[in-house]
Amino acid sequence: MRIDCPCCGSRDIREFTYKGDALALERPDPDAGDAVWNDYVHNRDNPAGPTRELWYHEMGCAAWLVVTRDTVSHEIKAVELASAAKGDVA
Amino acid sequence: MRFSALKILTEGLTGNKGWKPHWRDPEPKAEYDAIVIGGGGHGLSTAYYLAKNHGLRNVAVLEKGYIGGGNVGRNTTIVRANYFLPGNSEFYSHSLKLWEGLEEDLNYNVMHSQRGLINLFHSDGQRDAFARRGNAMINQGDDAILLDRDGVREILPYLDFDNARFPIYGGLYHPRGGTARHDAVAWGYARGADQRGVDLIQNCEVTGIDIENGRVTGVQTTRGAIRAKKVGLVVAGRSSQVAAMAGMRLPIESHVLQAFVTEGLKPVIDHVISFGMGHFYISQSDKGGLVFGGDLDFYASYAQRGNLPMAEHVMEAGMALMPAIGKARVLRSWGGIMDMSPDGSPVIDATHIDGLFLNCGWCYGGFKAVPASGWCMAHLMATNTPHEHAAGFRLDRFETGRGLMDEEGTGAQHNLH
Repeated sequence: MRIDCPCCGSRDIREFTYKGDALALERPDPDAGDAVWNDYVHNRDNPAGPTRELWYHEMGCAAWLVVTRDTVSHEIKAVELASAAKGDVA
Repeated sequence: MRFSALKILTEGLTGNKGWKPHWRDPEPKAEYDAIVIGGGGHGLSTAYYLAKNHGLRNVAVLEKGYIGGGNVGRNTTIVRANYFLPGNSEFYSHSLKLWEGLEEDLNYNVMHSQRGLINLFHSDGQRDAFARRGNAMINQGDDAILLDRDGVREILPYLDFDNARFPIYGGLYHPRGGTARHDAVAWGYARGADQRGVDLIQNCEVTGIDIENGRVTGVQTTRGAIRAKKVGLVVAGRSSQVAAMAGMRLPIESHVLQAFVTEGLKPVIDHVISFGMGHFYISQSDKGGLVFGGDLDFYASYAQRGNLPMAEHVMEAGMALMPAIGKARVLRSWGGIMDMSPDGSPVIDATHIDGLFLNCGWCYGGFKAVPASGWCMAHLMATNTPHEHAAGFRLDRFETGRGLMDEEGTGAQHNLH
């Protein structure tokens, strides 16, 4: 796999660190309650197919990226800066 | 059909024409007392023990592919009981005891070979940690011997003891650990379950789970609707998808774990060896192939194949540990899909839906658990109470924080195990 970093261009997967589902960008309110927080911290949709996830360009520009990737084919369909994606969510 | 030396001799002399299929290929009935979704190792052993231990014979195993075609045929066949934490220790100890009587119980040669397992260590701190783990194993009633450097050299003379980064200080030796023939485990349990009346229904994918008033009433499948008051979900690798049919969202991420095998060689590696610092472990199959693997690729995947960086990393680690294997040629590699739970330990539990039971989250350690997982899952399904050896494998431990079983001590979070 290669990831097309918006800052650095197409780079080898070895330069990146995987964090997990991009739901980390949608942090619940501190007072949302145990059930909501448990869901946020532990439970995952874990789809077999397209998913949005967070990758960190550790050995490159050190940007956090939101990568839209297919978990069955490993095809990467879109890459954007997490800061920009978070702006969309908010 | 029972196997015996006389039967093999007779068949050999008469052209091997008397062998029969090991299990039937039945049509699904309209209703069963219990349904096990998933015909892998865990699902088959669950059905076997439902019939054998609990007298539940009107049982179906629904398998979307064929028996032995999933992770039970895609692992590296290691059997061990060297866990540290209460909850895991007694479960894997029970599993190893079941392994030790499995061939006699199933009348099936699963080629269980207790060749011994050695976990290497490379620093004083690691030695202390392994000494502590060894004591936990001994307290559990299992076997552990702390070997110093010379002790390891005596049984594994071919390792590179003077690796500049990770010199070998010693190892934790677990003599009862070893390997088994993975396909035969699936076949043996399948035959045993079938003989006791369990219907093994292959090419039957579950497409829905029927729930009425908080109770499970059956499943929808590609071969029609089947009713049952008890349904066990034993589909590690696909747990999230099947649980979603019951409206559940699980604490599971699916990751790919790669493994490799070389061409057949004469006997060279007599044990199972793990080199934790390099994320590498190896054994030699009875056919002679060196079977080895490493760490997860570390991204969510259902692809059953990994990427080259981890393949390269595993080869490098292997070369660092035992340079001699550089002459062996790799025949093939494959990937299995792991149900990764936040704390690295599994779940065997009832769900909030009456009659629906969950067995998942085996991470990269499911194979050795096959006998005890089925034993405890069958107990749970038959009696509605957790088995004492699997009482710690609760689904709510992540929410409550009580009873987390984080063997690596890295925290109960995804992506840390």
